[in-house]
Amino acid sequence: MSVWDEVVGQPDAVATLSAAAEAAATIVAGGTPAPGVMTHAWLFTGPPGSGRSSTARAFAGALQCVVTDDRPGCGVCTGCRTALHGTHADVRVVTPEGLSISVAEMRALVQISARRPTSGRWQVVIIEDADRLTEGAANALLKAVEEPPERTVFLLCAPSDHPDDVSVTIRSRCRLVSLGSPRPAAIASALESVDGVPPEMAQWAASVCGGHVGRARRLAVDEQARGRRESVLRIPLALRKPADVFTCADELIKAAEEDATTANEARNEAEREALETAMGAGGTGKGTAAATRGAKGALKDLEKRQKSRATRTQRDSLDMALVDLAGFYRDALVTKTGSEAALMHPDRAGDSRTAAAQWSQESILRRLEAVLACREAIEVNVKPRIAIEAMVTTLHRG
Amino acid sequence: MSAPESLHLVVGEEELLVERAVRAALEAAREVDPNADLTRVQVTDLTPPELAELVSPSLFAEGRVIVLQSAQEISKEIADTVLSYVKAPADGVTLVVVHTGGGRSKAAKDLPGQLKKAGAAVTECAKITKPGEREAFVRNEVRRAGGKIDPEGVATLIDAVGTNLRELAAAASQLVSDTDGKVTVDEIRRYHQGKAEVTGFAVAEKAVTGDRAGAMEALRWAMQLGVPHVLVADALADAVRTVARVSAVGRADPFSLAGPLGMPPWKIKKAQAQARGWDQSGLADAMQVVAGLNADVKGVAADADYALERAVLRIVAAHGRR
Repeated sequence: MSVWDEVVGQPDAVATLSAAAEAAATIVAGGTPAPGVMTHAWLFTGPPGSGRSSTARAFAGALQCVVTDDRPGCGVCTGCRTALHGTHADVRVVTPEGLSISVAEMRALVQISARRPTSGRWQVVIIEDADRLTEGAANALLKAVEEPPERTVFLLCAPSDHPDDVSVTIRSRCRLVSLGSPRPAAIASALESVDGVPPEMAQWAASVCGGHVGRARRLAVDEQARGRRESVLRIPLALRKPADVFTCADELIKAAEEDATTANEARNEAEREALETAMGAGGTGKGTAAATRGAKGALKDLEKRQKSRATRTQRDSLDMALVDLAGFYRDALVTKTGSEAALMHPDRAGDSRTAAAQWSQESILRRLEAVLACREAIEVNVKPRIAIEAMVTTLHRG
Repeated sequence: MSAPESLHLVVGEEELLVERAVRAALEAAREVDPNADLTRVQVTDLTPPELAELVSPSLFAEGRVIVLQSAQEISKEIADTVLSYVKAPADGVTLVVVHTGGGRSKAAKDLPGQLKKAGAAVTECAKITKPGEREAFVRNEVRRAGGKIDPEGVATLIDAVGTNLRELAAAASQLVSDTDGKVTVDEIRRYHQGKAEVTGFAVAEKAVTGDRAGAMEALRWAMQLGVPHVLVADALADAVRTVARVSAVGRADPFSLAGPLGMPPWKIKKAQAQARGWDQSGLADAMQVVAGLNADVKGVAADADYALERAVLRIVAAHGRR
């Protein structure tokens, strides 16, 4: 048992980080470790699903581990467990639920990062999705990341260290830890050992997830996710009549909207009620009317945040479907060219053979490009319905 | 001559009509007493004693017209004062209550009903929203001014002046006096040029029917009038996808298609007519164009005006390929 169990198939990163955690433990104990092993800011990069944020959490656990032997990160002490579950007093995790991380949020975070750790070990600040930092937010963070207090560590996660994702000024202040896509075998064994998934299901999920650990886990345990994947992968061969275009597009969009409502509905209502109570709704007696006067604005703010969260859920859900679709056309292209490369959806090999027999290489490529263009379009705020329908039209026409 | 009504209720939000109703009440009162006074008050500025003073008969029994404005914001106590006065109205005093028909408090919402019960003369001045009503209004205006106008003239005038009733009324009476009564399209064109209101839908409708000149003209007008780019882009996208969707299912009865397509029958009927000039590949291209345009107007294109014009031209080109 160790905190590194959570990190799937990343031996190099684990070696670097556990050495750093050892050095960190030496610093806490009052010693002087070899220079350059531990540092104050880290940037974890890797493709989606490679486990950037779980690696960052595991590292935070290792830093907070209270068992003082020479290998910190036991995974069972209070320090490790609370850090992994996000309840440690000295581990601050920023997980953007909306579309971006604001300056105000980062300014507050900079203040927190300046405090001494209450447990006497390390003050850890984790920013998941650092690519969602707005330009202003990234600038607000610069000073703190460049020269944080003695015992503060920043852990940033982003898809890559490309300037599109992380500003160069932030990038140059961090040590880079790059994670690769984990191998299917590693994912399967992690699903078996950590989540207790039956071996056959684990093998299957690992083979179709495209190196995305979270996706593999979801597919392995969630019946509905498997159904969704099936219905998405059925689309390419189901487009026969022109009218199918709209049925399929409708299906995709409805599924995404449904995801957004089911994921957020109960939570929205609870948040609303909590805020209303906090602003004095439902109170009686003198002064209650005056107390609730400012509530409207606060409620409006909350609604705005909730809307941004719903948009994000909807886009994420659509993106997942589009990635699956792109995988299918890639498979068709792989089959068409007779390449030996591994398929993204090995369980759909029959379909990709059919597709490869029907379509020319150019038309498969055009379809693949339409899917990728649709992903980009949704990212730049095109109405999902318009973007998806345009894409499915191309999928139909080829 | 019969005595004028002493209690008027004007319900509605159409400013011009409300104004006319108030003026009519005043004129009726002045027929009885040419020196009748007009007093306008906002109900929110009133206190019950002030109101009582306003509506009590004066020493020399001069006529008075009291207009209570914004009665939808009336407070409970003022409403009570009004209603108790209504039960025992004073001689020579005409009370006009102007109410939007809405209101927040219970007292304000109930006021119109209670006044009607008390026998008030009611004038409805609901906002004119339907094109048919607006055309009837223009015809009436011209007739009132003593002129005549043909249907084409009505349409041209509304096109050029807009939907504001006050402006329409002013333009109608001016035209009648300028043209000795007969208002024709040519006369209207002489005094009014351009378009007052163009929506994105007008642009989209012209574009999907392949009317290049008409679509460009409508688009330029829309840009001139400051219609947001995003609205025009959305209207274009909606028009194209409606045609694509309706033509994809083939010809069928609009009413039976309405359910499965989730569109109102009139929209389907219109789209079926528009679909005649399109073929599948043209529609597919048009779908790509509007999807690209949607990104363009949201900041991808450096110049949204240009992006719109290009998209309209491309849609028309895709239409004409057949």
